[in-house]
Amino acid sequence: MITINEARETIRMISEANLDVRTITMGISLLDCADSDYKAFCDKIYDKITRKAEHLSRVGDDIAHEYGVPVVNKRISVTPMAIAAAGCRCEDYVEAARALDRAAVATGVNFVGGFSALVQKGITPEDRKLLDSIPTALCETERVCSSVNVASTRSGINMNAVNIAARIVKDTAMLTRDRDSIGCAKFVVFCNAVEDNPFMAGAFHGVGEGDAAINVGVSGPGVVKRAIESVRGADFETLCEMVKRTAFKITRVGQLVAQEASRRLNVPFGVIDLSLAPTPAMGDSIAEILREMGLEQPGAPGTTAAVAILNDNVKKGGVMAGSYVGGLSGAFIPVSEDHGMIEAVRAGALTLEKLEAMTCVCSVGLDMIALPGDTSVDTISGIILDEMAIGMINNKTTAVRVIPVTGKNVGDTAFFGGLLGEAPVMEVSRFKCADFVRRGGRIPAPIHSFRN
Amino acid sequence: MKGIVTVLGKDSVGIIAKICAYMSERNVNVLDIAQTIVDGYFNMMMVVDLNDASEPLASMTVGLETLGRDIGVVVRLQHEDIFNAMHRI
Repeated sequence: MITINEARETIRMISEANLDVRTITMGISLLDCADSDYKAFCDKIYDKITRKAEHLSRVGDDIAHEYGVPVVNKRISVTPMAIAAAGCRCEDYVEAARALDRAAVATGVNFVGGFSALVQKGITPEDRKLLDSIPTALCETERVCSSVNVASTRSGINMNAVNIAARIVKDTAMLTRDRDSIGCAKFVVFCNAVEDNPFMAGAFHGVGEGDAAINVGVSGPGVVKRAIESVRGADFETLCEMVKRTAFKITRVGQLVAQEASRRLNVPFGVIDLSLAPTPAMGDSIAEILREMGLEQPGAPGTTAAVAILNDNVKKGGVMAGSYVGGLSGAFIPVSEDHGMIEAVRAGALTLEKLEAMTCVCSVGLDMIALPGDTSVDTISGIILDEMAIGMINNKTTAVRVIPVTGKNVGDTAFFGGLLGEAPVMEVSRFKCADFVRRGGRIPAPIHSFRN
Repeated sequence: MKGIVTVLGKDSVGIIAKICAYMSERNVNVLDIAQTIVDGYFNMMMVVDLNDASEPLASMTVGLETLGRDIGVVVRLQHEDIFNAMHRI
Protein backbone atom coordinates (compact mmCIF):
# COMPACT_ATOMS: atom_id res chain seq x y z
CA MET A 1 0.00 0.00 0.00
CA ILE A 2 1.24 3.47 -0.90
CA THR A 3 2.08 5.57 2.13
CA ILE A 4 0.93 9.12 2.69
CA ASN A 5 4.51 10.37 2.29
CA GLU A 6 4.94 8.62 -1.04
CA ALA A 7 1.68 10.12 -2.25
CA ARG A 8 2.88 13.55 -1.15
CA GLU A 9 6.20 13.10 -2.95
CA THR A 10 4.50 12.29 -6.26
CA ILE A 11 2.08 15.18 -5.90
CA ARG A 12 4.84 17.63 -5.04
CA MET A 13 6.77 16.57 -8.12
CA ILE A 14 3.73 17.37 -10.25
CA SER A 15 2.43 20.49 -8.53
CA GLU A 16 5.66 22.13 -7.39
CA ALA A 17 8.41 20.81 -9.65
CA ASN A 18 6.58 20.70 -13.01
CA LEU A 19 6.71 16.94 -13.52
CA ASP A 20 4.89 16.21 -16.73
CA VAL A 21 4.82 14.01 -19.78
CA ARG A 22 6.18 16.32 -22.41
CA THR A 23 4.69 14.64 -25.42
CA ILE A 24 2.73 11.66 -26.64
CA THR A 25 3.69 11.41 -30.28
CA MET A 26 1.94 9.05 -32.65
CA GLY A 27 4.14 7.92 -35.51
CA ILE A 28 2.11 7.13 -38.62
CA SER A 29 3.38 5.48 -41.80
CA LEU A 30 2.28 7.17 -45.01
CA LEU A 31 3.85 4.54 -47.28
CA ASP A 32 0.45 3.06 -48.13
CA CYS A 33 -0.81 6.46 -49.31
CA ALA A 34 1.40 6.46 -52.42
CA ASP A 35 -0.40 7.65 -55.52
CA SER A 36 0.78 9.13 -58.79
CA ASP A 37 -2.14 11.57 -58.61
CA TYR A 38 -0.88 14.31 -56.27
CA LYS A 39 -4.33 15.44 -55.16
CA ALA A 40 -5.35 11.86 -54.37
CA PHE A 41 -2.15 11.43 -52.36
CA CYS A 42 -2.85 14.57 -50.31
CA ASP A 43 -6.39 13.35 -49.61
CA LYS A 44 -5.10 9.94 -48.59
CA ILE A 45 -2.54 11.28 -46.12
CA TYR A 46 -5.13 13.60 -44.59
CA ASP A 47 -7.58 10.70 -44.25
CA LYS A 48 -5.04 8.29 -42.81
CA ILE A 49 -3.70 10.75 -40.23
CA THR A 50 -7.12 11.92 -39.10
CA ARG A 51 -8.32 8.31 -38.87
CA LYS A 52 -5.31 6.98 -36.94
CA ALA A 53 -4.97 9.95 -34.62
CA GLU A 54 -8.68 10.69 -34.27
CA HIS A 55 -8.66 9.98 -30.52
CA LEU A 56 -5.06 10.97 -29.75
CA SER A 57 -5.81 14.33 -28.13
CA ARG A 58 -8.77 13.05 -26.15
CA VAL A 59 -6.88 10.01 -24.87
CA GLY A 60 -3.95 12.22 -23.88
CA ASP A 61 -6.30 14.50 -21.94
CA ASP A 62 -8.14 11.58 -20.32
CA ILE A 63 -4.88 10.04 -19.11
CA ALA A 64 -3.77 13.39 -17.77
CA HIS A 65 -7.01 13.72 -15.79
CA GLU A 66 -7.13 10.18 -14.47
CA TYR A 67 -3.51 9.97 -13.37
CA GLY A 68 -3.22 13.59 -12.37
CA VAL A 69 -0.08 14.19 -14.43
CA PRO A 70 -0.09 16.82 -17.19
CA VAL A 71 0.40 15.57 -20.75
CA VAL A 72 1.70 18.76 -22.30
CA ASN A 73 1.73 17.98 -26.00
CA LYS A 74 0.04 15.57 -28.34
CA ARG A 75 1.85 15.29 -31.65
CA ILE A 76 2.13 13.30 -34.84
CA SER A 77 5.14 12.19 -36.85
CA VAL A 78 4.90 10.75 -40.34
CA THR A 79 7.05 8.97 -42.91
CA PRO A 80 9.59 11.37 -44.43
CA MET A 81 7.57 13.15 -47.07
CA ALA A 82 10.28 12.84 -49.73
CA ILE A 83 9.77 9.06 -49.56
CA ALA A 84 6.00 8.98 -49.06
CA ALA A 85 5.32 11.42 -51.91
CA ALA A 86 8.02 10.14 -54.25
CA GLY A 87 5.52 8.58 -56.66
CA CYS A 88 3.47 11.76 -57.13
CA ARG A 89 3.47 13.66 -60.39
CA CYS A 90 3.92 17.21 -59.13
CA GLU A 91 6.19 20.22 -59.16
CA ASP A 92 6.65 20.64 -55.42
CA TYR A 93 5.33 19.26 -52.13
CA VAL A 94 3.82 22.38 -50.59
CA GLU A 95 0.28 21.05 -51.03
CA ALA A 96 1.26 17.91 -49.08
CA ALA A 97 2.49 20.16 -46.27
CA ARG A 98 -0.86 21.93 -46.29
CA ALA A 99 -2.61 18.56 -46.02
CA LEU A 100 -0.44 17.74 -42.98
CA ASP A 101 -1.29 21.11 -41.46
CA ARG A 102 -5.01 20.53 -41.94
CA ALA A 103 -4.72 17.05 -40.43
CA ALA A 104 -2.92 18.52 -37.41
CA VAL A 105 -5.72 21.05 -36.88
CA ALA A 106 -8.40 18.37 -37.32
CA THR A 107 -6.80 16.03 -34.78
CA GLY A 108 -5.99 18.83 -32.33
CA VAL A 109 -2.22 18.26 -32.20
CA ASN A 110 0.10 21.24 -32.05
CA PHE A 111 2.80 19.91 -34.37
CA VAL A 112 3.17 17.30 -37.07
CA GLY A 113 6.70 16.30 -38.02
CA GLY A 114 8.03 14.51 -41.06
CA PHE A 115 8.21 17.03 -43.88
CA SER A 116 11.61 15.48 -44.19
CA ALA A 117 14.28 14.00 -46.42
CA LEU A 118 17.14 11.62 -45.67
CA VAL A 119 20.01 12.78 -47.84
CA GLN A 120 23.11 11.79 -45.92
CA LYS A 121 24.61 10.14 -48.98
CA GLY A 122 22.74 11.31 -52.02
CA ILE A 123 19.81 13.42 -53.15
CA THR A 124 17.10 11.92 -55.35
CA PRO A 125 15.05 14.21 -57.60
CA GLU A 126 12.18 13.76 -55.11
CA ASP A 127 14.45 14.71 -52.20
CA ARG A 128 15.43 17.81 -54.10
CA LYS A 129 11.81 18.69 -54.72
CA LEU A 130 11.13 18.38 -51.02
CA LEU A 131 14.15 20.46 -50.03
CA ASP A 132 13.07 23.19 -52.43
CA SER A 133 9.56 23.14 -50.95
CA ILE A 134 10.62 23.56 -47.31
CA PRO A 135 10.85 27.38 -47.01
CA THR A 136 7.42 27.95 -48.58
CA ALA A 137 5.89 25.03 -46.69
CA LEU A 138 7.15 26.36 -43.35
CA CYS A 139 5.99 29.86 -44.18
CA GLU A 140 2.51 28.85 -45.31
CA THR A 141 1.72 26.27 -42.65
CA GLU A 142 1.58 26.66 -38.92
CA ARG A 143 2.03 23.21 -37.42
CA VAL A 144 4.24 21.38 -39.91
CA CYS A 145 7.81 20.61 -38.86
CA SER A 146 10.60 19.72 -41.21
CA SER A 147 13.94 17.97 -40.86
CA VAL A 148 16.77 16.89 -43.10
CA ASN A 149 19.35 14.24 -42.30
CA VAL A 150 22.56 15.32 -44.02
CA ALA A 151 25.13 13.10 -42.32
CA SER A 152 25.64 9.80 -40.56
CA THR A 153 28.48 7.84 -39.02
CA ARG A 154 27.98 5.15 -41.66
CA SER A 155 27.78 7.41 -44.69
CA GLY A 156 29.79 10.49 -43.80
CA ILE A 157 28.62 14.04 -44.45
CA ASN A 158 26.86 15.12 -47.63
CA MET A 159 28.35 18.60 -47.94
CA ASN A 160 26.10 19.48 -50.85
CA ALA A 161 23.12 18.76 -48.62
CA VAL A 162 24.64 20.81 -45.79
CA ASN A 163 24.93 23.79 -48.13
CA ILE A 164 21.35 23.32 -49.32
CA ALA A 165 20.16 23.09 -45.69
CA ALA A 166 21.95 26.36 -44.87
CA ARG A 167 20.24 27.98 -47.83
CA ILE A 168 16.87 26.63 -46.61
CA VAL A 169 17.51 28.21 -43.19
CA LYS A 170 18.25 31.59 -44.78
CA ASP A 171 15.31 31.47 -47.19
CA THR A 172 12.90 30.40 -44.45
CA ALA A 173 14.15 33.21 -42.23
CA MET A 174 13.54 35.70 -45.01
CA LEU A 175 10.06 34.38 -45.85
CA THR A 176 8.96 34.59 -42.20
CA ARG A 177 10.82 37.83 -41.41
CA ASP A 178 7.66 39.57 -40.23
CA ARG A 179 7.44 37.01 -37.37
CA ASP A 180 11.09 37.09 -36.25
CA SER A 181 11.93 34.35 -38.77
CA ILE A 182 9.88 31.82 -36.81
CA GLY A 183 9.83 29.40 -39.76
CA CYS A 184 13.37 28.35 -38.85
CA ALA A 185 12.12 27.14 -35.45
CA LYS A 186 10.32 24.36 -37.33
CA PHE A 187 13.37 23.11 -39.25
CA VAL A 188 16.15 20.84 -37.99
CA VAL A 189 19.29 19.56 -39.69
CA PHE A 190 20.47 16.19 -38.39
CA CYS A 191 23.40 13.84 -38.26
CA ASN A 192 22.38 10.27 -37.36
CA ALA A 193 18.68 11.16 -37.17
CA VAL A 194 16.60 8.61 -35.25
CA GLU A 195 13.43 7.02 -36.57
CA ASP A 196 11.41 7.11 -33.37
CA ASN A 197 12.11 10.54 -31.91
CA PRO A 198 8.93 11.96 -30.35
CA PHE A 199 10.29 15.51 -29.97
CA MET A 200 9.74 18.32 -32.42
CA ALA A 201 10.83 19.78 -34.69
CA GLY A 202 12.89 16.70 -35.62
CA ALA A 203 10.31 13.93 -35.31
CA PHE A 204 9.56 11.66 -38.25
CA HIS A 205 8.28 8.10 -38.52
CA GLY A 206 11.13 6.05 -39.98
CA VAL A 207 10.69 3.51 -42.74
CA GLY A 208 11.86 0.75 -40.39
CA GLU A 209 8.85 1.39 -38.16
CA GLY A 210 5.46 -0.30 -38.24
CA ASP A 211 2.21 1.20 -39.48
CA ALA A 212 1.90 3.31 -36.33
CA ALA A 213 3.61 3.66 -32.95
CA ILE A 214 3.23 5.60 -29.73
CA ASN A 215 6.45 7.27 -28.60
CA VAL A 216 6.53 9.25 -25.39
CA GLY A 217 8.89 11.98 -24.29
CA VAL A 218 9.18 12.36 -20.55
CA SER A 219 10.59 15.39 -18.86
CA GLY A 220 11.11 16.94 -15.51
CA PRO A 221 14.14 19.22 -15.19
CA GLY A 222 12.34 20.80 -12.23
CA VAL A 223 12.08 17.47 -10.42
CA VAL A 224 15.79 16.76 -10.90
CA LYS A 225 16.67 20.24 -9.69
CA ARG A 226 14.49 19.89 -6.61
CA ALA A 227 15.98 16.47 -5.84
CA ILE A 228 19.60 17.57 -6.04
CA GLU A 229 18.91 20.54 -3.77
CA SER A 230 18.83 17.96 -1.01
CA VAL A 231 22.43 16.88 -1.70
CA ARG A 232 23.97 20.32 -2.07
CA GLY A 233 27.73 20.16 -1.48
CA ALA A 234 27.86 16.35 -1.47
CA ASP A 235 30.37 14.45 -3.61
CA PHE A 236 29.73 13.23 -7.15
CA GLU A 237 28.75 9.72 -6.11
CA THR A 238 25.90 11.12 -4.03
CA LEU A 239 24.91 13.60 -6.74
CA CYS A 240 24.85 10.91 -9.44
CA GLU A 241 22.83 8.53 -7.28
CA MET A 242 20.24 11.23 -6.64
CA VAL A 243 19.89 12.06 -10.37
CA LYS A 244 19.59 8.37 -11.19
CA ARG A 245 16.91 7.69 -8.61
CA THR A 246 14.92 10.71 -9.68
CA ALA A 247 15.18 9.82 -13.36
CA PHE A 248 13.91 6.35 -12.52
CA LYS A 249 10.78 7.75 -10.91
CA ILE A 250 10.13 10.22 -13.71
CA THR A 251 10.55 7.56 -16.36
CA ARG A 252 8.24 5.11 -14.62
CA VAL A 253 5.49 7.69 -14.99
CA GLY A 254 6.35 8.05 -18.68
CA GLN A 255 6.27 4.30 -19.14
CA LEU A 256 2.87 4.07 -17.47
CA VAL A 257 1.44 6.84 -19.65
CA ALA A 258 2.97 5.34 -22.80
CA GLN A 259 1.53 1.89 -22.13
CA GLU A 260 -1.86 3.31 -21.26
CA ALA A 261 -1.94 5.50 -24.38
CA SER A 262 -0.87 2.56 -26.50
CA ARG A 263 -3.61 0.35 -25.06
CA ARG A 264 -6.38 2.91 -25.40
CA LEU A 265 -5.43 3.94 -28.92
CA ASN A 266 -4.74 0.36 -29.98
CA VAL A 267 -1.38 1.40 -31.41
CA PRO A 268 1.84 -0.41 -30.45
CA PHE A 269 4.12 1.22 -27.88
CA GLY A 270 7.39 2.32 -29.49
CA VAL A 271 9.84 3.96 -27.12
CA ILE A 272 10.28 6.30 -24.20
CA ASP A 273 12.62 9.17 -24.97
CA LEU A 274 14.65 10.11 -21.90
CA SER A 275 15.37 13.71 -22.77
CA LEU A 276 15.36 16.39 -20.12
CA ALA A 277 13.45 19.02 -22.03
CA PRO A 278 12.97 22.46 -20.51
CA THR A 279 10.09 24.88 -21.05
CA PRO A 280 10.14 28.66 -20.65
CA ALA A 281 8.43 28.26 -17.24
CA MET A 282 10.36 29.05 -14.06
CA GLY A 283 11.44 25.86 -12.34
CA ASP A 284 11.51 23.88 -15.59
CA SER A 285 15.01 24.66 -16.71
CA ILE A 286 18.24 22.74 -17.42
CA ALA A 287 20.21 25.87 -16.55
CA GLU A 288 18.75 25.80 -13.02
CA ILE A 289 20.04 22.23 -12.61
CA LEU A 290 23.52 23.24 -13.73
CA ARG A 291 23.49 26.12 -11.25
CA GLU A 292 22.31 23.83 -8.49
CA MET A 293 25.19 21.48 -9.36
CA GLY A 294 27.56 24.32 -8.51
CA LEU A 295 28.12 26.41 -11.63
CA GLU A 296 27.61 30.14 -11.33
CA GLN A 297 26.18 30.19 -14.86
CA PRO A 298 25.85 27.62 -17.63
CA GLY A 299 28.88 28.22 -19.81
CA ALA A 300 31.32 28.44 -16.89
CA PRO A 301 34.25 25.98 -17.00
CA GLY A 302 32.86 22.63 -15.91
CA THR A 303 29.62 23.02 -17.84
CA THR A 304 30.41 20.29 -20.36
CA ALA A 305 31.19 17.85 -17.56
CA ALA A 306 28.03 18.84 -15.71
CA VAL A 307 25.89 18.15 -18.79
CA ALA A 308 27.68 14.82 -19.28
CA ILE A 309 27.09 13.74 -15.69
CA LEU A 310 23.51 14.90 -15.70
CA ASN A 311 22.53 13.04 -18.82
CA ASP A 312 24.48 9.92 -18.21
CA ASN A 313 22.69 9.46 -14.93
CA VAL A 314 19.30 10.35 -16.38
CA LYS A 315 19.91 7.53 -18.85
CA LYS A 316 21.11 5.08 -16.22
CA GLY A 317 18.05 5.65 -14.08
CA GLY A 318 15.67 5.90 -17.02
CA VAL A 319 16.79 2.77 -18.83
CA MET A 320 15.92 0.70 -15.77
CA ALA A 321 12.44 2.20 -15.67
CA GLY A 322 11.44 1.88 -19.30
CA SER A 323 10.92 -1.29 -21.30
CA TYR A 324 12.00 0.33 -24.56
CA VAL A 325 14.13 3.43 -24.51
CA GLY A 326 14.97 5.26 -27.71
CA GLY A 327 14.50 8.51 -29.53
CA LEU A 328 17.12 11.12 -28.82
CA SER A 329 17.52 10.50 -25.09
CA GLY A 330 19.93 13.37 -24.55
CA ALA A 331 19.83 16.85 -23.09
CA PHE A 332 17.73 19.21 -25.07
CA ILE A 333 19.10 22.65 -24.54
CA PRO A 334 16.88 24.85 -26.65
CA VAL A 335 18.17 28.23 -25.61
CA SER A 336 14.95 30.11 -26.32
CA GLU A 337 12.88 27.65 -24.27
CA ASP A 338 14.96 27.80 -21.09
CA HIS A 339 14.85 31.06 -19.12
CA GLY A 340 18.09 30.16 -17.33
CA MET A 341 19.95 29.67 -20.61
CA ILE A 342 18.64 33.00 -21.89
CA GLU A 343 19.93 34.65 -18.73
CA ALA A 344 23.34 32.99 -19.18
CA VAL A 345 23.57 34.27 -22.76
CA ARG A 346 22.62 37.78 -21.64
CA ALA A 347 25.22 37.63 -18.86
CA GLY A 348 27.88 36.77 -21.43
CA ALA A 349 28.48 33.36 -19.84
CA LEU A 350 27.17 31.15 -22.59
CA THR A 351 28.50 31.24 -26.14
CA LEU A 352 27.77 29.33 -29.31
CA GLU A 353 31.11 27.55 -28.94
CA LYS A 354 30.32 26.34 -25.43
CA LEU A 355 26.93 25.07 -26.57
CA GLU A 356 28.77 23.22 -29.33
CA ALA A 357 31.12 21.68 -26.78
CA MET A 358 28.13 20.37 -24.82
CA THR A 359 26.95 18.51 -27.91
CA CYS A 360 30.15 16.44 -27.76
CA VAL A 361 28.78 14.76 -24.65
CA CYS A 362 25.07 14.43 -24.16
CA SER A 363 23.52 17.46 -25.71
CA VAL A 364 21.65 16.81 -28.92
CA GLY A 365 22.57 19.97 -30.72
CA LEU A 366 22.51 23.68 -31.25
CA ASP A 367 18.85 24.17 -30.58
CA MET A 368 16.70 27.26 -30.91
CA ILE A 369 19.58 29.65 -31.16
CA ALA A 370 18.96 33.07 -32.65
CA LEU A 371 21.75 34.39 -34.86
CA PRO A 372 22.23 37.84 -36.39
CA GLY A 373 20.05 38.20 -39.48
CA ASP A 374 23.01 39.03 -41.68
CA THR A 375 24.82 35.75 -40.91
CA SER A 376 25.87 34.43 -44.33
CA VAL A 377 24.74 31.13 -45.84
CA ASP A 378 28.36 29.96 -45.79
CA THR A 379 28.72 30.66 -42.09
CA ILE A 380 25.49 28.78 -41.36
CA SER A 381 26.88 25.92 -43.47
CA GLY A 382 30.03 25.97 -41.35
CA ILE A 383 28.03 25.91 -38.10
CA ILE A 384 25.96 22.97 -39.35
CA LEU A 385 29.06 21.19 -40.64
CA ASP A 386 30.85 21.37 -37.27
CA GLU A 387 27.82 19.88 -35.55
CA MET A 388 27.53 17.13 -38.16
CA ALA A 389 31.24 16.29 -37.71
CA ILE A 390 30.72 15.91 -33.95
CA GLY A 391 27.82 13.56 -34.55
CA MET A 392 29.58 11.56 -37.25
CA ILE A 393 32.80 11.01 -35.33
CA ASN A 394 31.14 10.37 -31.97
CA ASN A 395 28.50 8.05 -33.37
CA LYS A 396 25.69 10.10 -31.87
CA THR A 397 22.76 12.17 -33.01
CA THR A 398 23.46 15.85 -33.39
CA ALA A 399 21.18 18.53 -34.72
CA VAL A 400 21.09 22.18 -35.63
CA ARG A 401 18.08 24.44 -35.30
CA VAL A 402 19.27 28.01 -35.66
CA ILE A 403 17.30 31.11 -36.53
CA PRO A 404 19.11 33.92 -38.36
CA VAL A 405 16.58 36.55 -37.37
CA THR A 406 16.11 38.87 -40.31
CA GLY A 407 16.69 42.47 -39.29
CA LYS A 408 18.03 41.71 -35.82
CA ASN A 409 21.51 41.77 -34.38
CA VAL A 410 23.50 40.81 -31.29
CA GLY A 411 21.80 42.40 -28.28
CA ASP A 412 18.33 42.14 -29.81
CA THR A 413 15.78 39.52 -28.80
CA ALA A 414 13.64 37.39 -31.08
CA PHE A 415 10.15 36.62 -29.81
CA PHE A 416 8.52 33.39 -30.91
CA GLY A 417 5.81 33.05 -28.28
CA GLY A 418 4.32 30.07 -26.48
CA LEU A 419 6.44 26.98 -26.02
CA LEU A 420 9.11 28.33 -28.38
CA GLY A 421 9.86 31.23 -26.05
CA GLU A 422 12.22 34.09 -26.85
CA ALA A 423 15.89 34.12 -27.77
CA PRO A 424 18.65 36.69 -27.40
CA VAL A 425 20.56 36.98 -30.68
CA MET A 426 23.96 35.35 -30.12
CA GLU A 427 27.32 36.35 -31.47
CA VAL A 428 28.76 34.37 -34.37
CA SER A 429 32.44 34.21 -35.32
CA ARG A 430 33.16 36.91 -37.89
CA PHE A 431 35.85 34.82 -39.60
CA LYS A 432 34.91 33.29 -42.92
CA CYS A 433 34.69 29.64 -43.96
CA ALA A 434 33.29 30.07 -47.48
CA ASP A 435 36.23 28.50 -49.33
CA PHE A 436 36.02 25.48 -47.07
CA VAL A 437 32.29 24.75 -47.18
CA ARG A 438 31.98 25.49 -50.89
CA ARG A 439 34.24 22.56 -51.71
CA GLY A 440 31.01 20.55 -51.69
CA GLY A 441 30.85 16.83 -52.43
CA ARG A 442 30.84 14.20 -49.73
CA ILE A 443 33.00 13.87 -46.66
CA PRO A 444 33.88 10.16 -46.39
CA ALA A 445 32.67 8.11 -43.44
CA PRO A 446 35.10 7.93 -40.53
CA ILE A 447 37.39 4.95 -40.00
CA HIS A 448 35.46 3.63 -37.02
CA SER A 449 32.30 3.28 -39.09
CA PHE A 450 33.83 0.08 -40.51
CA ARG A 451 32.75 -2.21 -37.75
CA ASN A 452 32.32 -5.45 -39.64
CA MET B 1 -9.38 -0.17 -10.06
CA LYS B 2 -8.35 1.87 -7.06
CA GLY B 3 -7.93 5.60 -6.75
CA ILE B 4 -5.98 7.70 -4.32
CA VAL B 5 -7.58 10.85 -2.93
CA THR B 6 -5.23 13.35 -1.37
CA VAL B 7 -6.27 16.45 0.52
CA LEU B 8 -4.04 19.29 1.57
CA GLY B 9 -5.03 22.55 3.19
CA LYS B 10 -5.98 24.43 6.31
CA ASP B 11 -7.81 22.19 8.78
CA SER B 12 -11.51 22.88 9.30
CA VAL B 13 -14.66 21.10 10.41
CA GLY B 14 -16.16 18.51 8.07
CA ILE B 15 -13.48 18.04 5.39
CA ILE B 16 -13.55 14.24 5.54
CA ALA B 17 -17.34 14.19 5.88
CA LYS B 18 -17.84 16.24 2.72
CA ILE B 19 -15.42 14.19 0.69
CA CYS B 20 -16.89 10.92 1.94
CA ALA B 21 -20.37 12.16 1.09
CA TYR B 22 -19.18 12.95 -2.45
CA MET B 23 -17.76 9.43 -2.70
CA SER B 24 -20.83 7.63 -1.40
CA GLU B 25 -23.13 9.57 -3.75
CA ARG B 26 -21.12 8.02 -6.59
CA ASN B 27 -21.00 4.54 -5.11
CA VAL B 28 -17.28 4.75 -4.36
CA ASN B 29 -16.14 2.70 -1.38
CA VAL B 30 -13.47 4.13 0.93
CA LEU B 31 -10.94 1.39 1.70
CA ASP B 32 -8.40 3.17 3.85
CA ILE B 33 -7.70 6.60 5.31
CA ALA B 34 -4.45 8.06 6.65
CA GLN B 35 -4.05 11.59 7.88
CA THR B 36 -1.62 13.90 9.61
CA ILE B 37 -1.80 17.52 10.72
CA VAL B 38 1.42 19.48 10.43
CA ASP B 39 1.43 23.11 11.64
CA GLY B 40 -2.33 23.33 11.30
CA TYR B 41 -2.21 21.96 7.77
CA PHE B 42 -4.43 19.04 7.09
CA ASN B 43 -2.80 16.26 5.06
CA MET B 44 -5.00 13.30 4.20
CA MET B 45 -4.83 10.32 1.89
CA MET B 46 -7.71 8.01 1.08
CA VAL B 47 -7.62 4.79 -0.89
CA VAL B 48 -10.92 4.28 -2.73
CA ASP B 49 -12.43 1.47 -4.76
CA LEU B 50 -13.62 2.78 -8.14
CA ASN B 51 -14.84 -0.51 -9.61
CA ASP B 52 -18.53 0.18 -9.13
CA ALA B 53 -18.35 3.95 -9.40
CA SER B 54 -21.33 5.55 -11.12
CA GLU B 55 -19.21 8.27 -12.72
CA PRO B 56 -16.02 8.08 -14.82
CA LEU B 57 -12.75 8.76 -13.03
CA ALA B 58 -11.83 11.73 -15.22
CA SER B 59 -15.02 13.62 -14.39
CA MET B 60 -14.77 12.81 -10.67
CA THR B 61 -11.28 14.34 -10.57
CA VAL B 62 -12.81 17.58 -11.81
CA GLY B 63 -15.74 17.34 -9.38
CA LEU B 64 -13.44 16.83 -6.41
CA GLU B 65 -11.25 19.72 -7.46
CA THR B 66 -14.29 21.96 -7.41
CA LEU B 67 -15.46 20.56 -4.08
CA GLY B 68 -11.97 21.21 -2.67
CA ARG B 69 -12.06 24.82 -3.79
CA ASP B 70 -15.44 25.28 -2.09
CA ILE B 71 -14.12 24.04 1.25
CA GLY B 72 -10.73 25.73 0.95
CA VAL B 73 -8.46 22.71 0.49
CA VAL B 74 -6.73 21.10 -2.50
CA VAL B 75 -8.32 17.75 -3.34
CA ARG B 76 -6.94 15.38 -5.94
CA LEU B 77 -8.17 12.03 -7.14
CA GLN B 78 -5.69 9.99 -9.13
CA HIS B 79 -5.52 6.45 -10.44
CA GLU B 80 -3.37 4.55 -7.94
CA ASP B 81 -1.09 3.24 -10.72
CA ILE B 82 0.84 6.49 -10.97
CA PHE B 83 1.93 6.04 -7.35
CA ASN B 84 2.65 2.34 -7.81
CA ALA B 85 4.69 3.06 -10.94
CA MET B 86 6.81 5.61 -9.14
CA HIS B 87 7.27 3.95 -5.75
CA ARG B 88 6.96 0.18 -6.31
CA ILE B 89 9.09 -2.02 -8.51
